[in-house]
Amino acid sequence: MSETNTLEKPDLKIDQDEGNFSYPEDYAFDAGTGLTEKTIDYICEAKEDPDWVREFRKKALKVFKDKPLPTHWASKDLENIHFDDFRYYLSKGAKPKRTWDEVPDDVKRTFERLGIPEKERAFLAGVEAQFDSEAAYSNIKKAVAEQGVIFVGSREGLKDHPEIFRKWFGKVIPTADNKFSALNSAVFSGGSFIYVPKGVKVKHPLQAYFRINAENFGQFERTLIIVDEGAELTYMEGCTAPKFDSVTLHSAVVELVAMKGAKLQYITVQNWSPNVFNLVTKRGLAHEESEIKWIDCNIGSRLTMKYPGVILKGRKARGEVLSIALANSGQHQDTGAKMIHAADETTSNIISKSISIGSGRATYRGLVHIPRHLKGCKNNTECDALLINTESRTDTYPAIVTRGEGNSVQHEASVSKVSAEQIFYMQQRGLTEGQAMSLSVNGFVNDLVRQFPMEYSVELKRLIDLEMEGSVG
Amino acid sequence: MKSCLEIRGLKAAIGGTEILHGLNLSVPKGEVHAIMGKNGSGKSTLAKVMAGHPDYEVTGGDVLLDGNTILGLEPDVRAREGLFLAFQYPSEIPGVTIANFMRAALNARRPEGQEIDAVEYYNELYQKMDLLKIDRSFTSRAVNDGFSGGEKKKNEILQMAMLEPKYAVLDETDSGLDIDALKIVAHGVNSLRGPKMGILVITHYQRLLDYIVPDVVHVMVDGRIVKSGPKELALEMEKKGYDWVENLVAA
Ligand SMILES: Nc1ncnc2c1ncn2[C@@H]1O[C@H](COP(=O)(O)OP(=O)(O)OP(=O)(O)O)[C@@H](O)[C@H]1O
Ligand SMILES: [Mg+2]
Repeated sequence: MSETNTLEKPDLKIDQDEGNFSYPEDYAFDAGTGLTEKTIDYICEAKEDPDWVREFRKKALKVFKDKPLPTHWASKDLENIHFDDFRYYLSKGAKPKRTWDEVPDDVKRTFERLGIPEKERAFLAGVEAQFDSEAAYSNIKKAVAEQGVIFVGSREGLKDHPEIFRKWFGKVIPTADNKFSALNSAVFSGGSFIYVPKGVKVKHPLQAYFRINAENFGQFERTLIIVDEGAELTYMEGCTAPKFDSVTLHSAVVELVAMKGAKLQYITVQNWSPNVFNLVTKRGLAHEESEIKWIDCNIGSRLTMKYPGVILKGRKARGEVLSIALANSGQHQDTGAKMIHAADETTSNIISKSISIGSGRATYRGLVHIPRHLKGCKNNTECDALLINTESRTDTYPAIVTRGEGNSVQHEASVSKVSAEQIFYMQQRGLTEGQAMSLSVNGFVNDLVRQFPMEYSVELKRLIDLEMEGSVG
Repeated sequence: MKSCLEIRGLKAAIGGTEILHGLNLSVPKGEVHAIMGKNGSGKSTLAKVMAGHPDYEVTGGDVLLDGNTILGLEPDVRAREGLFLAFQYPSEIPGVTIANFMRAALNARRPEGQEIDAVEYYNELYQKMDLLKIDRSFTSRAVNDGFSGGEKKKNEILQMAMLEPKYAVLDETDSGLDIDALKIVAHGVNSLRGPKMGILVITHYQRLLDYIVPDVVHVMVDGRIVKSGPKELALEMEKKGYDWVENLVAA
């Protein structure tokens, strides 16, 4: 590379893996390597779980051990996960701090580097910051708490609010839904429990940030959000992990419940390092005239399997999944959406955009189910793929199952390509290769991103830019 | 330091086949030169090699911009150093609007944190579009996506006008243009013409050179410049055909 060229690209090399740092380990609780009943007992004691939770976990462990890996339809790469090599619980203590000053220095510095306290001050109604297995910090703005909004971790949720927690926990996503929901049910720790009372419209988003710091570790947060009648909430989650030579596992379960007329928007900005297996189950239950919207953006990881869904249980309920997946070389994004129509006049909308770069691979897997007896249901599905450079591949499995008349289903799919010739054209105008790719990617996702909240679209654009700079050979 | 775009004994190959066999050419700043030559003689190859297309291998010679070699620089660095290429076959860039594309290209030339002001930018863009009689609705269309052949060529000149390069190579910008569009494009190029820019026009037709009058005409045969002369050479070429030059070379 010439001197001018080096001068033209200043700090990018430092920035491109912005989540790629870790601090030396110093944990008070460590369940050790591998997963047995003993591991579960250790976790229960560390967390001071009630007996019903211990039982729930042990049952789930059995389901997990009995269930085969879904390699008959999913990626064979799952076989490279060696469950005995992970550590399932690491924490400095189960109770989160209420102020950043009380948070241990290394953890605080981690979240400062990721800009969390700053965002909290700028535009959030509350923040939970999870470091490996437990939240290190959790706080909700006083004014929001005074409206009766509960925003705590799963551990406090099940202990302090059992009457709401137990009613919905494991009901939207049963333990046996799939192998990874069973795994999560066995060893879950952290995640958010949120309850928004009737009619309360939370103006600013609540945010959770999930940070993996340790090597050979599995993170299993469990989130349960209930938005009561006529209430509204936007929840955002962000995730990062440092890059290790060994495999990291992230397997969350997220259950949403929107009561009559409620509105719930769940936004994910995921920026995993390329050694993370990200196998997440997310589903919402939408009652009458309510609305659940998943905005799901998957950047990074080695393999992501995630298909956010909505069960449209009440009349006129509405479900939406807007997703963006970016598969860089060596990565596989297997994502999609599930819409289960279970009442008349329910509507669902799925827009999925995937980008594959180099040897990156993006798969869309959808399921839209409208049974025969229902009337006036509508689904719209749009899948667009962008391929940058020729080795990329993309697969679409839309699987739309509609039965009965009087229901309408619309499906569109497109594939576009950015060739080396197009990149050269853009470079000839003075853009670096990374900028050229960024511009194409941003152009491709732009009409979708415009529908996202402002702070989120800015963050997303920044992540795409960093990822593209990093993908230049 | 000489202010010119200089090509010295340039040899270049693609897929193991040498296309340029030691080409010499010099375009001083402030002048307009034309290259004429048969299909396949290597005109576009020359343009792409200068711009740094990764498929071509330079096997000898040099390309200098105001006395400094640009070989070995990334294509985007060459562009920011002031070299512009109007493509014979411009690429379509789906999803990227002309407005965003040009703004990104201009910002790439400015230090970080000193991005071009939006109002200033649009004033500039609209003014250049008016000059080239391009409808303003084009700003929100994706670059070249679904453009007609002529629209693509106009768009190349719009970009040249926006980026104000030191040296511009126009590869068959006249092909696909109707006579009105040809006049508009020529008018655009002529208005950019001046002491600060050197222009190399590649064409098959004398017609373009009636509107963009060159200072020097070069004839290219099989990867070499075989004859150079004043603008009248183009007329002579048109009358006598390429065989005439080829015979000159053979002789
Ligand atoms: N990949 C390749 N492998 C071998 N030869 C190639 C390759 N690409 C181009 N060529 C050859 O290089 C020669 C020069 O092509 P070039 O496009 O530079 O011609 P040109 O003078 O611009 O022609 P035209 O007037 O038709 O635009 C042609 O004979 C062409 O077939
Ligand atoms: Mg050509």
